[in-house]
Amino acid sequence: MDITELTVHELIEKLDKKEITSEEIVKSYLDRIDEKEKDVQAFVTVEDKEKVIDEAKKADEKMKSGRTPLEGIPVGIKDNMCTKGVKTTCSSKMLENFVAPYDATVVEKLKENGMISLGKLNMDEFAMGGSTEYSYFHKTYNPWDLNRVPGGSSGGSAAAVAANLVPWALGSDTGGSIRQPASLCGVVGLKPTYGLVSRYGLVAFASSLDQIGPLTKDVTDAAILLNVIAGHDKKDTTSENIDKKDYTKALKNDVKGMKIALPKEFIGEGINEEVKKAILDAAEKFKELGAEVEECSLDIGKQALATYYIIACAEASSNLGRFDGIRYGYRSEKYDNLKDIYKNSRSEGFGPEVKRRIILGTYVLSSGYYDAYYKKAQKVRTVIKKQYEDLFKKYDLILTPTSPTVAFKIGEKSSNPLEMYLADICTVPVNIAGLPGMNIPYTIDSNKMPIGVQLIGSYFEEEKIFRAAYTLEQVTKFREKYKPEFRK
Amino acid sequence: MQISKEEVMHIAKLACLNISDDEIESYRNNLQEILDFAKTVDSVNTEGVGETIGTNENYNVFRKDEVIDYGDKEGLLKNAPSQDEGMFRIPKVLN
Repeated sequence: MDITELTVHELIEKLDKKEITSEEIVKSYLDRIDEKEKDVQAFVTVEDKEKVIDEAKKADEKMKSGRTPLEGIPVGIKDNMCTKGVKTTCSSKMLENFVAPYDATVVEKLKENGMISLGKLNMDEFAMGGSTEYSYFHKTYNPWDLNRVPGGSSGGSAAAVAANLVPWALGSDTGGSIRQPASLCGVVGLKPTYGLVSRYGLVAFASSLDQIGPLTKDVTDAAILLNVIAGHDKKDTTSENIDKKDYTKALKNDVKGMKIALPKEFIGEGINEEVKKAILDAAEKFKELGAEVEECSLDIGKQALATYYIIACAEASSNLGRFDGIRYGYRSEKYDNLKDIYKNSRSEGFGPEVKRRIILGTYVLSSGYYDAYYKKAQKVRTVIKKQYEDLFKKYDLILTPTSPTVAFKIGEKSSNPLEMYLADICTVPVNIAGLPGMNIPYTIDSNKMPIGVQLIGSYFEEEKIFRAAYTLEQVTKFREKYKPEFRK
Repeated sequence: MQISKEEVMHIAKLACLNISDDEIESYRNNLQEILDFAKTVDSVNTEGVGETIGTNENYNVFRKDEVIDYGDKEGLLKNAPSQDEGMFRIPKVLN
């Protein structure tokens, strides 16, 4: 038995039956990292081996007197979530040596549940990108085909889960940064409703869009990990104070009576033929399983994308104003005065894509353009939100592709920012409206690359997504049928 | 609308970023292309529509203004590129 092949709920079962120990689990993962990390390069920081083995031994000791369900389970964390005592770099030169003095709320929750971090995972710098090619440190490679990108910005998290370097991971999603890499790497990825998970300790990119969520091997694991991280936090005033739910209760193999919308614009122009075919096939599957699937219209893709790049960049230009070379982060060696410290530290510390977005954000917020771009985009946001709300009066879920294409080749889009942005067209509208969305691996294309489908739910209706995703998973049997081959 | 080199330089100054002469043109091109696309928002009729700042209903969330001692001053200062006697060190501001 290869321990790293198992899902977390399978690991829990085996721990319960005392068939394996946490030490064995952790050592299997460390061996796997030794073997495969050189090809995939999913990590920015791998935790100290001795330290994690020691933590696993302690967990095993604790378990002797009864165990909490997730005690001794390893996890990977995207490198934009603060971890006390371990570097949090955001894959940027700006934060190359930054060690947070506190844990993000989600990290605190992982620890409270007894989980063991295996390390911090690679990403596009400050989560700006869709391929993880914009990491300051190194690229991450798609485990299915090492010549291709893993998607982004949580590309390290998705690749690590797909390559069995971690059993599950946390990512963050501002415009698709959990779902798109999950789709490109053939894993499950959930962006929860805005406000379900605390953002305290997540390095801010666009505060009204950012949300933390799980990347896992299957739908059940996603429900288990969401149970851990969801909940109100007084340190994040945008987190909602709602009753705690047990999402595993929603895992029912039954979609009878569910109404699913299939927006025709998301299976039209710009969507790869094989991806389109997979979505239509998934729609048929849902029908066979007893759901009602109906074609509808949701003509918002391009407007949502334009809105996204205005709002996200505006918020980023403001959020990234804190990096000034004074209190933390990179400081240039070239300066005579305070202004020079700011300017030179920012110019040398940020990469080109981050600078591009700061400049765009500053432009749309600057006097003379504020109304035409920023204010207008906020109004369009209201219109987009309303269109979704109207659809959800009639339907339980919306089915679309997660990504318009499968994973593209490294370097294929990195030189054209706009083309890279268009890769987000299926995921961005969901963030604009603040809705929950999940990628579920569906099939592979003719080049043996994973294709995912996206299920979008109404506000705080993650249960419906879980129910439909779980049901679909039982018939696709993606994990049983397909495995990453590390093709070179 | 055409974006000029001067405008790019002005925005870079506002954003506290240096842009070298050979970078200006590529930033100008990118900005032009992205802003042209961003104009897609104009195709949406927003007459009488309010602005969405965030997607949840919370507007102002208040709490008591209480001082909580963070405690770990050393941890906070540790990341500073330059510090002295428990303070952040910066170059002289007034001459």
